Amino acid sequence: MDDVTAVYLRSGAYYDSVSLMQVSRTVADTAGVLAAQVAMATELNIEVLTTMGFAIPEGAAANDLVIALRAASVEGLAAGEAAVELALAELRSGPRAGSGGFGSAPAPRTLGAAVKRGEATMALISVPGQHAVTETLDAIEAGVSVMLFSDNVSLEDEIRLKDTAAAAGVLVMGPDCGTALVGGVALGFANVVSAGEVGMVAASGTGAQQVMCLLDAAGVGISHCLGTGGRDLSAAVGGRSTRAALAALADDPNTGRIIVVSKPPDDAVLEEVTAYAAGLGLDVTWAILGPGRQDLTAAVEDFLRHSGIHVPTWPAVLVDVPGRLAAGAEGGGLRGLFCGGTLADEAMLIAQERLGAIYSNIPLRADWALGPELRSAGHVVIDFGDDGLTQGRAHPMIDPSLRLERIAAEAADPTCGVLLLDLVLGHGAHPDPAAELAEAIGSARARAAGDGRSLPVVVSLTGTDRDPQDAARSTQLLAAAGASVLRSNAEATRLALDLLTGVTP
Amino acid sequence: MTSPPLQGLLHTEPVVATAGVSLFAEALRDQAVAVAETDWMPPMAGTEAELARVMADPRRAAANALAHARMVAAEASLVDVRPAAQCLGLERGTFLHAGPPIEWARASGPMRGALIGAALFEGLADTPQEAERQLERGAFDLEPCHHRDAVGPMAGVVSPSMWMYELRDEVHDNTSWCSLNEGLGKVLRYGAYGPEVIERLHWMTRVLGPLVQQSVRATGPVDIKGIIAQMLQMGDEGHNRNRAGSLMLLRELLPGLITAQAPASDIAEAVRFSGANEHFFLNVGMPACKLATLAAHGIPGSTIVTTMARNGTDFGIRVSGTGDAWFTGPANTPQGLFLGDYGPEDANPDIGDSAITETGGIGGFAMAAAPAIVKFVGGDVPFALEATQRMYAITQGEHTAYTVPILEFRGTPTGIDVTKVVRTGILPQINTGMAGAVAGTGQVGAGLVTPPQECFPAALTALAVALPD
Repeated sequence: MDDVTAVYLRSGAYYDSVSLMQVSRTVADTAGVLAAQVAMATELNIEVLTTMGFAIPEGAAANDLVIALRAASVEGLAAGEAAVELALAELRSGPRAGSGGFGSAPAPRTLGAAVKRGEATMALISVPGQHAVTETLDAIEAGVSVMLFSDNVSLEDEIRLKDTAAAAGVLVMGPDCGTALVGGVALGFANVVSAGEVGMVAASGTGAQQVMCLLDAAGVGISHCLGTGGRDLSAAVGGRSTRAALAALADDPNTGRIIVVSKPPDDAVLEEVTAYAAGLGLDVTWAILGPGRQDLTAAVEDFLRHSGIHVPTWPAVLVDVPGRLAAGAEGGGLRGLFCGGTLADEAMLIAQERLGAIYSNIPLRADWALGPELRSAGHVVIDFGDDGLTQGRAHPMIDPSLRLERIAAEAADPTCGVLLLDLVLGHGAHPDPAAELAEAIGSARARAAGDGRSLPVVVSLTGTDRDPQDAARSTQLLAAAGASVLRSNAEATRLALDLLTGVTP
Repeated sequence: MTSPPLQGLLHTEPVVATAGVSLFAEALRDQAVAVAETDWMPPMAGTEAELARVMADPRRAAANALAHARMVAAEASLVDVRPAAQCLGLERGTFLHAGPPIEWARASGPMRGALIGAALFEGLADTPQEAERQLERGAFDLEPCHHRDAVGPMAGVVSPSMWMYELRDEVHDNTSWCSLNEGLGKVLRYGAYGPEVIERLHWMTRVLGPLVQQSVRATGPVDIKGIIAQMLQMGDEGHNRNRAGSLMLLRELLPGLITAQAPASDIAEAVRFSGANEHFFLNVGMPACKLATLAAHGIPGSTIVTTMARNGTDFGIRVSGTGDAWFTGPANTPQGLFLGDYGPEDANPDIGDSAITETGGIGGFAMAAAPAIVKFVGGDVPFALEATQRMYAITQGEHTAYTVPILEFRGTPTGIDVTKVVRTGILPQINTGMAGAVAGTGQVGAGLVTPPQECFPAALTALAVALPD
């Protein structure tokens, strides 16, 4: 019996990518439906739909909603369509409903109106990047600090936003700020860590999560973690948000020592900001990730020693490692498939010292850039959370499908020696990512075994046992599927390298 | 004592306003954090770059606050009634009309009918055919009322002999004018030009105008802004429902009319005519709103709309920060209820300067104050309540004098902001009368209408172009 497909376009119906991903899943789970994708018609999504075998009608624009269904029968298709309507209706009856009752006020339509009506103390913006400047200016005008999760904001706009914020006495955390912790509240992607006196200023989202989780494992709590956006310490931006964040932490009675997590800063800016922090009387430790610098785990260990705190052994569950190491090098290429950009960066920095060229969509060197098909027979590290892979779709920490597909592809690829994966838990992330990842790992290893290959898998897990997904439970699931699981991303990377090259450091 | 850094962000229990991915709002609710979630939608297509630039204009916030402050502070007193030739210096052979500029060739049926009638009334032609020929060959000058700080309902045609209400805003030293209302049915402003229409116009010039002039001069000035504030408490919205306002205006004018130097029969007819017209007030309410928007006009950097007007073909807006430029699009046809046997196919596209009421914060924007209007323009009572509340999303602020009892005396949404219209895609809600599409028909109904969307991105582009380097 032949499959039946249907593709519809709807204009004037906007939903965010995460909500649509949930709709797609619900519909795909409907009996009789073989495949379903409900998404805004961005270039990337059209590409995905095309590779799924759907024909997209002419004239689809990024503000149009595409509903694409494939079913085993006409009845299945009808069931799928009904499921789409039901799921979309549920979205509409959510927070955007508003004016149901007799004369009740409709939901606020602009962020400024929402700030005023809710008497909000801050704003969290995650609209598509081309709209982020307008929303941020609106929030600043309403008098609140902003966590700007959106990416694709130009450097010029970033500087303008930060200057406007400074004039209004508020902070712009971002753009592309994934993580913040303000007064114990996790914003964006953030882990459940204990309260304490360490204040964090972070130019990197997953870097900040890695540091706060390692500190938590060492029994050290966090007061606040303020994001700054990855370019804040560049010469152009000049540390505008870092200074504002440091000044606020200096004024906070609950904050003692400070850790700044950053990509390599401009030397002059680093010097100025260091002097500025000293002027505020702050004790600042810099955790800077870059060539020739220590990794984040080492930076945390230094901080602990400096603070007179015992450096623990970082939690790790190793599966069949001594046997494999004893068996010698796996050979083949390293395949690092990451959701966290900083974690991917750290893995590449460590790996290139032993392997040389690491090909990537966020390469350390321009000549190590991967083509658009993201393939190489050599060593590869891919950041699935990079701008280029998230336009019009949810971040891989929420929607892991692209990475799961790639894991399956690596399993079938004889040039793949070792799989290195990250898994980031916490608020904002997928409610149970370990289950799907464990399944993918299990299938990948079975597939490789079927081809007569062994496929070692190492997972770098950033999380705590109090995260909604529970790091301990997640670790068990992954280990049961045959993966070694380590809380330190640097240690996980080194283990993957040991397995690959057979060299014990 | 300086304020704590970041407005005390680190010392207060976070309350988070969100725009975008609702999962993040859910994650906050899971932590028992208070969340104010925006029902965010992308702005009108292709506007994002200009929006960001206009939003970043450092003058904008203060300019818009000033525009709003002036709009609500503007006064409106009826100070005189005079012929247009006198008060506007309107020359013989020149006609004012509603909406943005238009030429005969593109004029709609009711606009053509009103121009024909005005030519007959002024004695510039003896027959409608002759008037039409002259208009066709451009024998007369056509000019928008707004270009002379005047306003005209529906076709809004003003000729030199017509008598005008003259209103003053002493706070901002502005003057505005509007013709006297002809009543309902077959009237010039709806494009009718039959003998009874021309006869009535002559009576208004000969009898009504001079009488009302005597009354205003004897008892005025009359505080029109004060009457608007009261009529909103009495079930009017000031555009399509003017019942309470009309009675209050008549109450103000009556003593002066009764004591006027004129035959008692003329006075009786003037009072009967005015009292029988439930839109008697509209022609002073409109120039009152014109004074409010005039006060807000011409502020560099302001994105506040100061004119919305239609000529039956085009809908045009003007914006405080872009001077006298019009941003136009094809006028929509209102949806609503029809008189007698008329139906949707008889209706002309939107026409008239009366959308100045919405521009000034009443009319459709005050619909919640006038639930009874749904029997006239269509919709239901929840719609009327919701319409006003929806307009807060696209306005700078609330009116300080015009309030809505059922919304706990909240001020009406006032000062349409181009950036908010473009960002939300919410178009201003206008209540309006409907003219017949065929010249000479008159009114066919009343209903609800919005401006064509393209006016607003066009205004945004002009605002972006006008940005200082």
